Amino acid sequence: MQADIYKENGFFLDEWQLLEDEQALPTEPGRFLVSLERFVAAPEAFASLPEIAILVRAGDDVTVLAPHLDRFTMVAIEFAAFSDGRGYSSARLLRQRLCYHGELRAVGDVLLDQIPLMRRCGFDAFKVVHEPTRRALETGHLAEVPLYLQPAARPDEQPAGARAWARSPAGLAR
Amino acid sequence: MYRYDEFDESFVSSRVAQFRDQVRRRLSGDLTEDQFKPLRLMNGVYLQLHAYMLRVAIPYGTLNARQMRKLAEVARTYDRGYGHFTTRQNIQFNWPRLQDVPDILAELAEVEMHAIQTSGNCIRNVTADHFAGAAADEVADPRPYAEILRQWSSLHPEFSFLPRKFKIAVTGAAHDRAAVQVHDIGLQLMRDEAGAIGFTVFVGGGLGRTPMVARKVRDFLPETDLLAYTEAILRVYNRYGRRDNKYKARVKILMHETGLETLRADIEREFQEVRSGVLDLPKAEVDRISAYFAPPPFVPEQAGEADAFARALASDPALATFAERNLAPHKAPGYASLTISLKPIGEAPGDASAEQMELVADLAETFGHDEIRVSHEQNLVLPHVRKADVPEIFRRLRGAGLAEANAGLITDIIACPGMDYCALATARSIPVAQRISERFAASGRQREIGDLKVKISGCINACGHHHVGHIGILGVEKKGEEYYQITLGGSGDENTSIGQIVGRGFSYDGIVDAVETVVDTYLGLRQSPQEDFLAAYRRVGDTPFKEALYGTA
Repeated sequence: MQADIYKENGFFLDEWQLLEDEQALPTEPGRFLVSLERFVAAPEAFASLPEIAILVRAGDDVTVLAPHLDRFTMVAIEFAAFSDGRGYSSARLLRQRLCYHGELRAVGDVLLDQIPLMRRCGFDAFKVVHEPTRRALETGHLAEVPLYLQPAARPDEQPAGARAWARSPAGLAR
Repeated sequence: MYRYDEFDESFVSSRVAQFRDQVRRRLSGDLTEDQFKPLRLMNGVYLQLHAYMLRVAIPYGTLNARQMRKLAEVARTYDRGYGHFTTRQNIQFNWPRLQDVPDILAELAEVEMHAIQTSGNCIRNVTADHFAGAAADEVADPRPYAEILRQWSSLHPEFSFLPRKFKIAVTGAAHDRAAVQVHDIGLQLMRDEAGAIGFTVFVGGGLGRTPMVARKVRDFLPETDLLAYTEAILRVYNRYGRRDNKYKARVKILMHETGLETLRADIEREFQEVRSGVLDLPKAEVDRISAYFAPPPFVPEQAGEADAFARALASDPALATFAERNLAPHKAPGYASLTISLKPIGEAPGDASAEQMELVADLAETFGHDEIRVSHEQNLVLPHVRKADVPEIFRRLRGAGLAEANAGLITDIIACPGMDYCALATARSIPVAQRISERFAASGRQREIGDLKVKISGCINACGHHHVGHIGILGVEKKGEEYYQITLGGSGDENTSIGQIVGRGFSYDGIVDAVETVVDTYLGLRQSPQEDFLAAYRRVGDTPFKEALYGTA
């Protein structure tokens, strides 16, 4: 199995196993990824599973997770198509409104040019299956404009200059 | 006007480098056309019928002589010697090669210009009243707020893949010259009783295949909440706007299907979460940005100057006609805003040659405090000229074919590029505009008809704004032939209305006669020359026009 989860410091193996909505609850131990819809419909059903993560699909309302968030160390937001931008709002809501601090992973149609935007919205892990994107990331080629004109979800960004809305990345002296 | 600081310079040059890399990856095959398309669109690059097209941003339609000269240079070096000014106050180059686009952008960056978000499903170039900072009837200059919105929306990480494009317009005057009620967000500057600035906020206007007038969601939004409230609107739209059908994806459809009360409540709920945070606009920052837009040092009107101008008008009827149509009232005594019509009789609306752009740049420097505007009606404006200089400006414009005295008249037509350039068009629009222009060319006749906005679109996407034309013309294709539908009574000002289809369409050959019939009908029924076309139409309705066009009501 290829290590396809990209994080700050390299590629890692995906340790989560997707539990399809129609699949029966597993009896063996493991780390399972459950859809938001299925989890919210019956949260108590998952009491026997110590380690679950949530899969948020486009159109899901992440705010319904508020009472449960301390149960999760990982939330995955799915981009069914890279052009569907709902996941960006879901990410900011999780990070900024619901104060979720665990891993926030982008899955689905994840491409190089969207990763900088996703990071600014609070994603810190990316499931990368697109080969050119993987190659670029492996060589450290993140095609970003490293100056920002609006505050977003990364707390390590620094205010830049006089403008209240301008930001620069952490560690970039300016 | 706004000047880049070191941050802005680095931002734009990084964006050029990013796009250069994206083009490289497209040409190497790392990006498919489907993956590249939204990236190039977000940087203003379209694939048209015959070639790529590059749309360069002219934020809120304001530019200086140096920038205009650069546009002329780009037109000459990379295009065919001309450019096309658009209804969103931008400029389009119709013939660049994809591999040249990064170099063009690098050249534009030298004069603080870019093509960021002139297309794509993101927040587009923010537009404003073309007489901003000059108009006699202005409450406050809308440009500082348009600039703040431009900055905040640039490469916004959350709002770069919206359901559909998103357009914001700002006006600073009660008489709306920016058509704010047909934008996704329209902002009208107001002052409260204490004199503090705020905005009336409209949401959900738009043209296209489903034209809708925006709904008012806020009577008075305090200045400090501008970005927080805008973010709230955008977040609600990004989460709930339809994505199943691109023709139902604009915020106007969300407004229509959700209803004003519910959507307003959604926006307010989101706003309550966002407000009083990092997006609050500090007064000091608004003042700092506003200082860039401080009025130029106007020369006080000299004794006798007004009389001399009146004598010049009296001795030159052509100049008098030009002044009557193309000068607008200015807040400073002795000054006017001067419209340079890009609608010479029989030409393509909005086109300007490199030489014409350079002349306008010279005039702006010599006579106009180095300021130029692009109007959403596809004309150029020198916002600050002394009336005493108008005779000389007129003389020089005339030498370059730019002195058409038709601002606001029937030949001052908005037209989309249509089938001559556009891949979406189903009919020609430029040649229709040219033929109408020729039919009504006589200056006396145009002026007798008076204020009349004709707007032509070559397909239902309505880029020519036909829905808000007093006379709107929509070109459609039926069994391989072009047909032209007429709508009447549209308007894009503070009393915005969507035009009504008057009846079955006319052929390409018949459309100009039909327009003339409409105009003659109006001339026959108006109560006086002071009752303009729109007022007359609103008084009598469409019955007389139907009778004249079709013989029955």
